Amino acid sequence: MSGTLLDKIWETHRVAGGHGGADLVLIDRILLHERTGGIALKSLLESGREVMAPEHAFAVMDHIVDTHVGRTDRTIMPTGTDFIRATRRAAHAAGVRLFDLDDPAQGIVHVISPELGIVQPGATLVCPDSHTCSQGALGALAWGIGSTEAEHALATSTLSLRRPRTMRIRIEGVLAPGVTAKDLALALIGRFGAGGGEGHVVEYSGSAVSAMDIEARLTLCNMATEFAAFSALIAPDSRTVDYLRGRRFAPAGDDWVKAEENWLSLRSDDDAVFDSELSFDAGTVAPMVTWGTNPQQVVPIDGTVPDRNAGGPKAQENWDRALDYMGLVPGDRLTGLKIDAAFIGSCTNSRISDLRRAAAILKGRKVAEGVKAICVPGSTMVKRQAEAEGLDRIFRDAGFEWRESGCSMCFFAGGESFGPGERVVSSTNRNFESRQGPRTRTHIASPETVAASAVAGSIADVRTFAR
Amino acid sequence: MTPFTVLTARAAPLMRDNIDTDTIIPSREMRTVAKTGLADGLFAGWRYTSIGSRTPDPEFILNRPERRGFSILVTGDNFGCGSSREHAVWALAEYGIRAIVAPSFNPIFRANCIANGVVPVSVERDTVERLAAMTEADPSLLFTLDLPRQEMRVGDDVIFGFEIDPESKDALISGLDPIARTLRLRDQILAFVKTDRQLRPWIYSATATDHSARETA
Ligand code: SF4
Repeated sequence: MSGTLLDKIWETHRVAGGHGGADLVLIDRILLHERTGGIALKSLLESGREVMAPEHAFAVMDHIVDTHVGRTDRTIMPTGTDFIRATRRAAHAAGVRLFDLDDPAQGIVHVISPELGIVQPGATLVCPDSHTCSQGALGALAWGIGSTEAEHALATSTLSLRRPRTMRIRIEGVLAPGVTAKDLALALIGRFGAGGGEGHVVEYSGSAVSAMDIEARLTLCNMATEFAAFSALIAPDSRTVDYLRGRRFAPAGDDWVKAEENWLSLRSDDDAVFDSELSFDAGTVAPMVTWGTNPQQVVPIDGTVPDRNAGGPKAQENWDRALDYMGLVPGDRLTGLKIDAAFIGSCTNSRISDLRRAAAILKGRKVAEGVKAICVPGSTMVKRQAEAEGLDRIFRDAGFEWRESGCSMCFFAGGESFGPGERVVSSTNRNFESRQGPRTRTHIASPETVAASAVAGSIADVRTFAR
Repeated sequence: MTPFTVLTARAAPLMRDNIDTDTIIPSREMRTVAKTGLADGLFAGWRYTSIGSRTPDPEFILNRPERRGFSILVTGDNFGCGSSREHAVWALAEYGIRAIVAPSFNPIFRANCIANGVVPVSVERDTVERLAAMTEADPSLLFTLDLPRQEMRVGDDVIFGFEIDPESKDALISGLDPIARTLRLRDQILAFVKTDRQLRPWIYSATATDHSARETA
């Protein structure tokens, strides 16, 4: 029988058909972090239950840890230490492997899972975190859940859910120079809306996707949750296999051979039927930057803030509020808009390739006067790799702070923030009101756009920066 | 989890699209490793006059005296988008909200609602707007949300019917702990895993042995 990639993964994981359309689905990997995962483990232990397959669960400290060099359990966020210690205690008590603060494998959960080979093609993976969809880039069905569902997955190795609807987005064409997977993800949301993928597993395919390396695919899939998708998927191919080979928790020996054969067979059949199909031309994408408080409020970098009528009457109230929040009016140009800060980090764009591309822009240049610039590598392994390549020196010489890995100022947890009214260009994924600090104004863009803007002191078009 | 059958309560309209979980419960309000103590932080960014303060902003709808004690929130598209934090639902439930009516919900948020006994009612936008207009016109109006019959009434008049998948409905009505329900199938799960080990051995062998010796960056 022909089916989509989702159908195939689903069939291998369906333990029981629940009543009324929900299935009980086997969960292969459970990831936890100190912000929402600790609470799940703690609650599970308090109810006297145990983790059914502790070797399939992994915990990491990333969300509220301090990212300053020389960090300890102390956090800038008040009470953050409680989260860290509670998670550590619960992980030890439950026998769950923990990548603690000082572990060389520590990092943002969606960055370390691929780099350690925890996520695998065709596997089911859950984490109480909305950007879990990133990991669909390796062909796993990976999705974000709540803490109660995480507790369920830990206790039973399963979750009960309906098979999500499917959507395929075929992306053909070639990304222009200076245009990245991040710009593509933003352009897709701009075109189809922040609710455009609602509840669907979105399979990205087409020549532009095949041409992407795994890190770019992770960036593309990362933004699927901003598209309201259940998750994203990219069929595994030789790049996926090459990426995973030899990683710490990837299969080895005979099992590797079997796994590889299985992985390469995982794809949607030619005649598979999707609930919805879209197509998109990668060649038309420019570097993108958001102007509003929702990733859908995005324009090509050389564009202007659109007129409020562009979104139709329903959008107008949100529009006015967004403009007011961002301190902009329709017709304002994005390039040249003065910035107060530049942030490179997050599970969207803090992998080694992101840092290399940003460093290429920064090399021999200086961050503009008065701009606070921060780079937070996505994992400790990324940080060490970057240091081995001398990238840290380029960042520091340019005037960037070079931090320890973590989520850091991707989101405001009550600790460190950019100030109210400060305008930040950020390689992160959410420009919601106060996401990066109370009243902070966030413009999302690619890491190279962030680097170029930091140098210019205002939002800058990376295509006009000679390399 | 409190079982849900029929609720008669007042409503409050908060008609904005894309209200995200950080707006529902800002990160800075999640201070303890617990599922409680969150109601005060609900909509903190909108509800209080300034960040960190506890002075109610009289303009904000939930602070108006006529809305006190309401249990049905009427809101816009894609409610609960953003971070998957379950704290959003914990805060709403602790505040006293038992049902949310919206044109659509973020899928993670929706699942969190079910897990915590809050009924997510998705209906056409026109219907949501009609409901919002009714409670706007008369804040004291009592609505009856009848989950078994899948309808919303005022008195005996049915305002609208709605769809909800049977398993969510059962979970809400029974109020049963979903883990206990699933663990009744423990033997079936273990048998499935036993077979799966033969079919996909790499899923099991890889994590059992940590190959840190051959770690690559
Ligand atoms: S980097 Fe940001 S978006 Fe990613 S997991 Fe951390 S807080 Fe969430």
